Parts: sequence; C-alpha cells; structure tokens
Amino acid sequence: MKALLVGEYRQGKLLDGTYETIAFAQKLGAEAVLFAAGSEADPPRFDGKVYLADAAQCGEYNPALHVKLLQEVVSQENPDLVVLCHSSYGWDLAPRLALALKAAQVSEVVDYADGAFVLPACNAKLRRQVRPKSKVAVVTLQSGAFNLSGEPTGNPQVEKVAGTVEEGMSFVGYEAAEKGGVDLSRAEIIVTAGRGIGKPENVALIESLANALGGEMGASRPVVDAGWVDHSRQVGSTGQVVSPKVYVACGVSGAIQHISGMKKSGFVVAINKDKGAPIGEVADVLVVADVLQLAPALISALQEGEASRAAG
Amino acid sequence: MKILVCIKQVPDMESRFKINGAGNWYDTAALAWRMNEYDEYAVEQAVQLKEQVGTGELVVFSIGPERVKEAMKKALAMGADRGVHVPDEQSHERDPFEIAAIIAAYARNENFDIIFTGMQSQDRGSAQVGVLVAEMLGIPSVSTIVAFERDNGGVKVKRELEGGLKAVVKTDLPALFTCQLGLNTPRYPTLPNIMKAKKKEIATRAAGDLYQGDALAVTEKMSFPEKRTGGLVLEGEPADLAGRLIGILKEKTTVFK
Repeated sequence: MKALLVGEYRQGKLLDGTYETIAFAQKLGAEAVLFAAGSEADPPRFDGKVYLADAAQCGEYNPALHVKLLQEVVSQENPDLVVLCHSSYGWDLAPRLALALKAAQVSEVVDYADGAFVLPACNAKLRRQVRPKSKVAVVTLQSGAFNLSGEPTGNPQVEKVAGTVEEGMSFVGYEAAEKGGVDLSRAEIIVTAGRGIGKPENVALIESLANALGGEMGASRPVVDAGWVDHSRQVGSTGQVVSPKVYVACGVSGAIQHISGMKKSGFVVAINKDKGAPIGEVADVLVVADVLQLAPALISALQEGEASRAAG
Repeated sequence: MKILVCIKQVPDMESRFKINGAGNWYDTAALAWRMNEYDEYAVEQAVQLKEQVGTGELVVFSIGPERVKEAMKKALAMGADRGVHVPDEQSHERDPFEIAAIIAAYARNENFDIIFTGMQSQDRGSAQVGVLVAEMLGIPSVSTIVAFERDNGGVKVKRELEGGLKAVVKTDLPALFTCQLGLNTPRYPTLPNIMKAKKKEIATRAAGDLYQGDALAVTEKMSFPEKRTGGLVLEGEPADLAGRLIGILKEKTTVFK
C-alpha cells in the first residue's frame, strides 16, 4: 500500500498534525511520500520524499491550486490513499481533491481494519465502518487518533513543485483571536462549564466551584458561542489546548473538538446526567448527576473541610 | 438575489441510539428529529442576506423521508420562500458524493447566486457535501465560515481555523458557503410566521430524475464504541457523591490535601 500524506503549514510553521499522518501510514505499514505547501526553512522531519510547494508563492490557503499540485503528485506516485488531517485545512481540501481524483472521501478516521475505515457518528456515540469503492481514497484523520510513538526524525528528500491557477476566491489574511483574558494552559485545576448547565445564570455556580477547588473556569464551545462565557476561556480545538492536573467537566457532552483540547489533563472528572455521554470515555471518574445539584454540594463540602481545618 | 439553503434533518444527539436491523445505521424509530444544528446557522444567514438585499428568492432544499418536511417547515417559518423536497426513504445509505450530486443536479439550472449549507451534519459529520456541491457546479466555496458580509458585489467571509485564528477570504459570486457555529444566532420562528409557512410551497423532485450514479463509499457497519475500562462511575445522592468525589480527588491527585 502506498500513501500520499498531506502536511499542513500555518504562518510558515509546520503543524503537528502532519506527524499524525506519518503515524497513520506507519500503522498501516504503508510506503509514504509527503506533500505540503510550506517552507524550506521548516521542512517535515521525515525519511522519504517530500513534494514541497512554496507557500509564499502558492499560498497556505489556496484550495484550487493545492488540488492541482496534488493531482500532479498523485499522477506521479499513484498512491492508494491520500491522507490529510481532519482540520480546517484538511476538511476544506479533501472533498475538492476527492472529486478531482474521482475518489471516495472518508472523513475523520479514528481506526483502520480489514480495508475499512472506522469513524465516529452522532457525537461519537456510535462508530461507523466505511469502505471506499474507488481505486484511490482520500481520508482525513481525527486529531489525536494517531500519534507518533516517539519524536519525529528523518531528513526528507525535498522535491519542489509549483503552479498557478485563476480563481474567483482570494485569501486576504489571518486574524488572531482577541488578546487578553485567561491563560488556561498554566492552570493546575480547570472546571469547565458545558451546555448542560442550562442557562447563563448558572455560570456563576461553576465559577464558584472552580474557586472552591482553587482552579480556573473553562467553557465548552456552545457556552462561549451563546455569549455566556468569554472566548478566552474556551477549551477545545478552536479554543485553548490545556493540560491541567485536574479537569472537571460540568455538563460537557464531550464533542470530539472539546476532547482534543483537554485529553492531556492528568485526572478527569466528568459530571453529567447522561451516563452514555462521550465525555465518560475519557473520564477517570464519571459522576452521574445534575451538576446544578452536585456543584452546591461540592462547594459546601469543600468549605466545611476548610472550616474544620481552620478550627483544628 | 437567488439563494439556496440545503438542510438535513437529524436525530436529537441526546437520544439513546440503537443499531438498525441491517447493522449499517442507527435505528430511526422512536427518535426525536430536528434541523441539523449547523444548517440552522445556514438558514439564518440566508434569511439575513435576503432581508439585506430586499429582493430575490430563498429556496430551502432537503433530501430524505417525508418527515424531513418538518425541518423544511421550520426553515420556511424562519423566512425561506419555498421548499424543494427530494423524497428518499433510503437517503442514509447514500454517501456524501451521491447527496452532493443530487443537490448539484437540482441547482445547476437554477442559477443561484449564493448557496449556504451547514459545515457538516451532526450524525455523519463528514463535512463534504457543501464543498462537493460547489466543485460539481464549478463555483468557489469557502468552508466553516463564522462571519459573512457583502463586499463590492462579492462576499467577504471569515473561516474558522484552529486555536482561535481566523482566515479572511474574499470571493466573487456565485459561491457556496458552509456555516459553522458562532456565525449568527438563529431566530425562533414566530407564531404568525409559522402560520404563514403552512401556505408556502414545498415542491417535490424525484431523486432518480436528478442523479442515477453510484456511491463511492459504503457504510458497512454501525456499532457502539468500545467502552474504555478503568473509569469509575459514581451514582447516588448529591451530598453523598460530593463527599466520595472529594475523597477520590484527595487520594488520586496531588493538588488536594
């Protein structure tokens, strides 16, 4: 089996997800070559051939051109698989490339067995096994599903590729998130408010629990999008990636994007009414309860503990 | 301005899912259904755009069993002008390529200026259909938008990237956009608008008239994820749970004494 891996650069830097495509090829025992629109200053650490387009000329986001360059590499290398990250770059490019190659696309792969790909469905409550029927398949990999066992190594043989296309779309530039707010990456304890807290008035309760535990409050995406909590507190792939010693997820269902932002936490407590919530899969302790009832009980138990220590 | 918005009906994700008899999808009996969440942002953006422009037509399109008309009626009550339904009891067996081919076949001769879709469905999560439709129609598309504004006859949007970063992209029309959470706040249909929506047309187009090709990928099996072992599950009364949880945190972690 041969795989064409598609690496990813952002603002001139190679993204870690690129190494997940390498780990995936290793798991499959596939021969691999890599393509990326990036920079010679920061090439992937990879033992093999790298087709490198210069991002300064070809753009980091220029899907029509990237598809054209990839089509040329595919016609040279004849891979069985083209592998991308399931990221804003990958999921945007993959369908375009699949159609150009008349190939099946399979999104957000978490496993591979007997020629079929395994993917999550329904917020990871179910798993789906999909078999492509085309000669080549284009797949995107769920972030974190395939990690290199060690530090990436190797020196690539770089082969430059270039091209131009006319298109009615233009990349204007990047816009960073608003500065300020909270750096959750330093917090030892994070207590996160999820959609399960029900209404904005309950944010204060989660904040009190975070204070009682001596930690910072985080939030899941829906809570931030609803405007209940500031974006600077969002945990997840589009917010902050955190690794506290203790992570307490309150009413968080456990969407994949959230889990990819907190899975490096030391000890995970999930408080959820739904015993089957996907957050339970990554929790060291799943407390099946309504957080609106449990949080006050936790706060008063912690305060009693404080009081008895002070008295003692 | 002529606008198309493509929507899907999905189960409530809080549902307790079962596997169907064929073992290749979830059992659709006894589920509560709703409009795919990402599609609600697409409908809202389409309605806002039509309100800004003041003239034109907004068409809502959906493929699936008769029940998907409920989601279409919500879109009509939010402000879409008319609906086009492709009845298909087996739509869950179609892959994203087939679904996109059906939509593209419909849209090809309708000359829409703008097409909106959700960035993905909540059940499959493939994030393919919108972009595929645009590629099939040979028009530009921008995925995962979180901001949309008109700009000198074209459109300027922001794409959501990882880690809080956004990409600003301009495009000519016609074009397609796939909508992400955070783009807007979908409106609740008002009672008068729900009443008005009942009178709006939902036309029917046969899937077979639009597309007759094959799927490129097949869902062979649906299953439950293997439960990770080792995680402790606590159940009981809040006061008791609180005490047990604090005990566990003191025992298993170094941050509590």
